[in-house]
Amino acid sequence: MKSLTKRPGNGSRTALAPYSLWAMLFIVVPMVFIAYYAFTDNNFQFTMENITRFFTTVSNVKNPDGSVEEVRTYLLILGRSLKLAVISTAVCLLIGYPLAYRIAHARKRTQKIMMTLVMIPMWMNFLIRTYAWMTILQDAGIINNILSKLGLKPVHIIGTEVAVIIGMVYDYLPYMVLPIYSIMVKMDSGLIEAAHDLGCGTLSVLRRVIFPLSLPGVLSGITMVLIPSISTFYISQKLGSGKFFLIGDAIEGQYVANNLHFAAAMAFILMIILLLFMALIKYFTSRYLYGGNAK
Amino acid sequence: MKKVISNILTGLVYVFLFAPIVVLLVFSFNGSKSLSVFSDPSLYWYKELLKDRNTLETVRNSLLLATTATAIATAMGTAAAWGIDRLRSRWYRTAINTVTDIPMTNPDIITGISMMLMFVFVGRMFGARNSLNFWTILIAHVTFCLPYVILQVLPKLQQMDRALPEAAMDLGCTPFRAFWKVELPEMLPGIVTGAIMAFTMSLDDFVISYFTSGTGFETLPIRIYSMTKKTVTPKMYALATIIFFITLTLLLISNAIEDSDDKESRKQKNAKND
Amino acid sequence: MEKIIELKHISKSFDGETVLDDISLDIHDNEFLTLLGPSGCGKTTTLRMIGGFEHPDQGDVVFMGKRINDEPPHKRNVNTVFQKYALFPHLSVFENVAFPLRERKVPKKEIEEKVNEMLKTVMMSAFANRRVTSLSGGQQQRVAIARALINHPKILLLDEPLGALDLKLRKDMQVELKKIQKSTGITFVFVTHDQEEALSMSDTIVVMSEGKIQQIGTPTEIYNEPVNAFVADFIGESNILDGVMLDDFRVKFAGHTFECLDKGFAKNEPVDVVVRPEDVDVVDPAEAELCGDVTSVTFLGVHNELIVDIAGFKWMIQTTDFVAEGAHIGIKLDPDAIHIMKKSKYSGMFGDYSTFSDEADELANVQDEEDAE
Repeated sequence: MKSLTKRPGNGSRTALAPYSLWAMLFIVVPMVFIAYYAFTDNNFQFTMENITRFFTTVSNVKNPDGSVEEVRTYLLILGRSLKLAVISTAVCLLIGYPLAYRIAHARKRTQKIMMTLVMIPMWMNFLIRTYAWMTILQDAGIINNILSKLGLKPVHIIGTEVAVIIGMVYDYLPYMVLPIYSIMVKMDSGLIEAAHDLGCGTLSVLRRVIFPLSLPGVLSGITMVLIPSISTFYISQKLGSGKFFLIGDAIEGQYVANNLHFAAAMAFILMIILLLFMALIKYFTSRYLYGGNAK
Repeated sequence: MKKVISNILTGLVYVFLFAPIVVLLVFSFNGSKSLSVFSDPSLYWYKELLKDRNTLETVRNSLLLATTATAIATAMGTAAAWGIDRLRSRWYRTAINTVTDIPMTNPDIITGISMMLMFVFVGRMFGARNSLNFWTILIAHVTFCLPYVILQVLPKLQQMDRALPEAAMDLGCTPFRAFWKVELPEMLPGIVTGAIMAFTMSLDDFVISYFTSGTGFETLPIRIYSMTKKTVTPKMYALATIIFFITLTLLLISNAIEDSDDKESRKQKNAKND
Repeated sequence: MEKIIELKHISKSFDGETVLDDISLDIHDNEFLTLLGPSGCGKTTTLRMIGGFEHPDQGDVVFMGKRINDEPPHKRNVNTVFQKYALFPHLSVFENVAFPLRERKVPKKEIEEKVNEMLKTVMMSAFANRRVTSLSGGQQQRVAIARALINHPKILLLDEPLGALDLKLRKDMQVELKKIQKSTGITFVFVTHDQEEALSMSDTIVVMSEGKIQQIGTPTEIYNEPVNAFVADFIGESNILDGVMLDDFRVKFAGHTFECLDKGFAKNEPVDVVVRPEDVDVVDPAEAELCGDVTSVTFLGVHNELIVDIAGFKWMIQTTDFVAEGAHIGIKLDPDAIHIMKKSKYSGMFGDYSTFSDEADELANVQDEEDAE
């Protein structure tokens, strides 16, 4: 009996060898290079310069009231990236969760169609669909054209944080819907019936049974939306009219300017932040899901 | 009433999801140059596209890159999945799984930067002034395609009855023949969907390509990027529309493959429960 | 009878865990041999060693006088019916059975003849062109047998082949397997954990536990003369009591001295005593050797199964008489109802019938401990 579940090890290492080597060379080693560049100068001498630069560079910004304020440039950018990413993720969750729920409770055929429709926009080139949003949101764009035809006042969206958030939500919403949907669709409908049987109303079934069970999907959705929206560098350029520089834009800018060491330092810091975030999610998952009620 | 509200809200989300796609499709047929005012339908921009040698060149580049990267990633990834499935050493498996996760969870910008840094460094060691070229972008694409192939093939192996290759050997096959005649057919749906995913990811990738391609090799998304820096004409929309439908077709095919595979395994399960 | 397979002092461990511990076994021509034991006892590993899927760490596998330790499966004249059949899902019924022939490049016409004939033998001719995934469990079973037999192996290995079938289908397949074995004259090595199946089908039963062979014998030998408490408990139902062999043919247990048919033990040697539930006579307490209270009665159709508390030991007794729960009854044992075994490491592990399963046993123990606190 036991031996049946044993893996037949023979040949496995040979088959794995090319991939192992490849992954070592082109996944692991490049990660090391980020750290290496982050802590060296142009002559590859060790330095903390790049890291300290990130935390200490200052610049002057004009407040709306005309006063000038000195700020830490990159910390401001990082803070803004985090803020916009968190808001976008929250909006994705608010839209994505009910949508996933709705789809998971539709008929089998409808489910299939609705899910395909959610995924389809992802297969339009990312740059072009973002550009299309620009033409929709512009001051002389499609929305305002429609509004003026209806005799309404035009709205100014492009170049605001709202526009950037719209772009992020649009691009990453499917990443939120997919994991939540796939966990909901696997949920045993008997559990919901059992909860009703034990005296739960619809809302309390949702709160006490469905939501806790779907939490792994929610957490993986949050991860899958937050990570790309923190690091994006195109959406903000187009929809924010270049006014909301994000950390991704900063890294790209340094790359273009050929400041590879500073670009690496920022990538390194971003990576550390994401690692901490993932660890937090992991801790949260294990704690809340499996150890939550244990003594 | 509740149902109606829920339907309206769901409908609104889909309107949101498809607004830019519809705008794109519609304006690709615009008779004028505007991207926000539709004048009259015409195929003008599609004709313009066919005349644009430079853009078509990048399309060719992208197809070449995607095909090569897919072929390499599919072969290596399939072998890797087979190896991971049979691996006895637990730490080795954990290590491989962790490393495979890196390109999936890392933001593209970090994957792109990290590879670029290595290529530049190694190129400099050999005294090259410009170390980014077709080969570097190919390596990058193979690297980010590999996990998709592995993650598609591995479940097929895990669902497979481990006794199948043994049964083939028991009936007279050498281990290699057993792989060829029994395991490969079982893995095939996973290999095909993995390859299609890899192909579309490679075709669509901008961020990683942006960092790892030099001036010598321009892919379509990179061309689109540099064009959106200036004003965009509906010609780009026409191109995006064509690419979109090609990708879509591929994905629908891969969905269909998965579906029939699912049905098959469900049937199998039902039969066993008899 | 000619020996086909000899296993000589075979040991095997996986990741430092011993699975087979010095196994020696001869398998003869035309024999239906069953490896019987609980899961994890090493029976499947033994089978896989004959099939060539595992290699012994120590000892030799000898096939018709030739050592075949390192012979790969495809070179052995041995075929296997796998636990979940392992039919190739991408091939039809016909192609599954034809698989080994095609591998040997047998001419097309011959393949057709042989496969059709084999499908007839297992009564699956009508299904030749069906996909194996559309078959029921019993039909898949038949295809698996046909596929394994088409090469006319010297030995057919069957790894719990009936495990996935329901009870009635199982009985049919048992009969049919036996018939196929008789008609083909192929040696069958059959692995199961089901003792009833083993008793009804086998010429020889090999009882295994913890990587060791406990007993080899015919079904009657195994049932009537188990060598230790493990075998007695695993095969059929038994009451196993501590006893002392006072003298040849005289044993004392449950506070009473009985006559028995066993001899050759040392004077006053502690022994295990087995009494099968069906060998106990229920009598009036006045003329009884032992008396006790009936704690439960289960009606099982052909007989009643009683649990009787005799001085704290829960006996299982099967009787056709009607006995009421709570009744005070007496029992009597004929000398041939008593079987004496030497003490072994399994002594005391299989107690009375307070509970039927190990799990319930354990839960009860935990409960006792908690109550004690």
